[in-house]
Amino acid sequence: MESQIAEITQHTGGVIGVSWLMIAFPLLGAFILLVFNRFTNRWGHLLGVAMSLASFVVAVLAFFELIGFGEEARRRAVHLFEFIPGMPGEPPMVDMGLLIDPLSISFALLITGVGSLIHIYSIGYMSHDEHRRRFFAYLNLFVAAMLLLVLADNYVGLFIGWEGVGLASYLLIGFWQFKPSAAVAAKKAFVVNRVGDFGLLVGMFVIWTTFGTLAFKDLAAQTSGVENGTTLAIGLLLLLGACGKSAQLPLQSWLLDAMEGPTPVSALIHAATMVTAGVYLVVRSGAFFFHEGSGAALAVAIVGAATLLAGAIIGCAKDDIKKGLAGSTMSQIGYMMLGAGLGPAGYAFAIGHLITHGFFKADMFLGAGSVMHGMNDEVDMRKYGALRKVMPVTFITFFIGYLAIIGFPLLSGYFTKDGIIETAVHHQPVLGWLAVLGAGITGFYMSRMVFMTFFGQKRWADDAHPHESPAVMTWPLIILSIGSIFLGGYLILSNTLMLFLSPAVGRPAELPEFHFTSVPGLATLALVAVGAAFAWMRYGRVEVPAVQPRGNFLTTFARRDLYGDALNESLFMRPGQWLTRIAVFFDNRGVDGLVNGLAAGIGGSSGRLRRIQTGFARTYALSILIGAALLTGALLLVGNI
Amino acid sequence: MTTHYLVLSGLLFAIGALGVLIRRNAIVVFMCVELMLNACNLAFVTFSRQVGNLEGQVIAFFVMVVAAAEVVVGLAIIVTIFRTRRSASVDDANLLKY
Repeated sequence: MESQIAEITQHTGGVIGVSWLMIAFPLLGAFILLVFNRFTNRWGHLLGVAMSLASFVVAVLAFFELIGFGEEARRRAVHLFEFIPGMPGEPPMVDMGLLIDPLSISFALLITGVGSLIHIYSIGYMSHDEHRRRFFAYLNLFVAAMLLLVLADNYVGLFIGWEGVGLASYLLIGFWQFKPSAAVAAKKAFVVNRVGDFGLLVGMFVIWTTFGTLAFKDLAAQTSGVENGTTLAIGLLLLLGACGKSAQLPLQSWLLDAMEGPTPVSALIHAATMVTAGVYLVVRSGAFFFHEGSGAALAVAIVGAATLLAGAIIGCAKDDIKKGLAGSTMSQIGYMMLGAGLGPAGYAFAIGHLITHGFFKADMFLGAGSVMHGMNDEVDMRKYGALRKVMPVTFITFFIGYLAIIGFPLLSGYFTKDGIIETAVHHQPVLGWLAVLGAGITGFYMSRMVFMTFFGQKRWADDAHPHESPAVMTWPLIILSIGSIFLGGYLILSNTLMLFLSPAVGRPAELPEFHFTSVPGLATLALVAVGAAFAWMRYGRVEVPAVQPRGNFLTTFARRDLYGDALNESLFMRPGQWLTRIAVFFDNRGVDGLVNGLAAGIGGSSGRLRRIQTGFARTYALSILIGAALLTGALLLVGNI
Repeated sequence: MTTHYLVLSGLLFAIGALGVLIRRNAIVVFMCVELMLNACNLAFVTFSRQVGNLEGQVIAFFVMVVAAAEVVVGLAIIVTIFRTRRSASVDDANLLKY
């Protein structure tokens, strides 16, 4: 456990004092666009962009104010209001406030920066959609919720933001809800996320009952830095929450279906920002529940390593360009989780990879959107091919993103991913070498994607007339690709990010030094080269069949998402259906049977009993006589006793 | 001494009950009912004499009054039924049933 984590200082005034504006701007935008709905149709998208940009400006100003403080004073807490009042005479149970520290401001800059670019891109991408205004309202809602998630200074605020992004994600995946597949995908994402939310919520309950507080500041004073059964349980519960939001095994199944949403949504929410919330949760809780070398941290690293391989394998077999990118997103977040599970040594690399991934993955997703925009919304890469000539800007920016993600030397992904791999090999050799293998697979599937889309022969549909996208869509691509080139080197090479983050998350005793010729690094590069060469042999040099070939067992395995859906179906859906069937059977036969049977029994027996009423007076007389005789006899008997 | 009266009363009651059960003609059934009532009267009076107070005899008067009232209503019903259905058989008047 490193002790460099700084104390949290209360703060008033300045830009940080009004940092709630970051959340308020997009929230106001969403409010206006949703309440005054069609009256804002003409300028709604501009308002959405303006609100997102305003939030970005506040974030930048707050960032500069923050770095004006000394390193030990860079954790500023801003009190907003008393959220849940305590018993009379006692302090409030939950105070709502914001925590502006290096970690949260990094996220805020990424969310508002990349978010604004994607807002701008969406003006072009959604220009033909009659519900564009509603789309921007949801985007703004998402940005507001995501900012609340990362800025809140307690778990309750985090949870509200957490649920808010879940809602925005649901609304945006199902944005084209007239398509059954989109509606189902939205519901699936929501349901799977509920499983994770359950973990987070129960984790919060346990934190509350154990420590009596949910504020990060108080928790820092209360947690001892030593793992016991309770903190291990809390850590695993929080990890379950992180798995749900970040699409990590075993809750990964929703992310691939989430690609039903409009492409800017896939870029913003399901690649760059929301899915990284799990990484944020782990890193933010790192000092409390994921101590270096603890069981919970090991679980995080194992989940990350497993997911990075699973996502990479899925990415290899997808012909849908967005699903391929979704598999890759899963895989890259797996890397971040692996880094986050390594303690302070890995945090900076995990966050660094998160930031650079935010750039290059948003870049590629938006590039894929640009391709789809020119190809009549075709997503099947087997119907692409040779697009580099007709879409030069899209091609170049996508290619830069591609080089960044496979870790081409000196690009962003090279530094951040290599940092994670080296740290992992050092701390958890097995997981580290798995990550090296994953990097090789990344080299294969990303190359495959590029070759199938931009190289080879034209396999276009007859009515396709691909064209370059308008400037409002290409400029965000250009800006994102510039970030994909330089950001990683800037953040990692001289440990800029690690030093910047250390007041919030701590840092290892010895600062790592970046080696260009370390064994794991060279092994990664070699494997990536092999993967890319293999992809060239299979998809670049030879003609790609326009119809999906059957493929062998392994291909089917990957195409079916490693049978994740089948597993969920047989483990949860089928038993659930059996349970409902048993319940229905019990209800129909048991409860209803009892009630109906009783009624039928009474009805039936009374139907038979009424036959006694024959209508013959003499029969009645006889029964009266017999009754009287019996009564008399009984009386005599009793009298004799 | 009272035993004979009681035996007679029992015989009369039994004859009346048997008549009610086995005869079909409503008038005869009616007469048998009267016979049972009178058997009861005889028993009341007998016990009254045996015990030595007048309560049994008083009740016998009440029974007579009730019997008279019953004859008024009952005969009226029987005559009305006979008029409408041309039958005084109690088995024919069996509509009031399940």
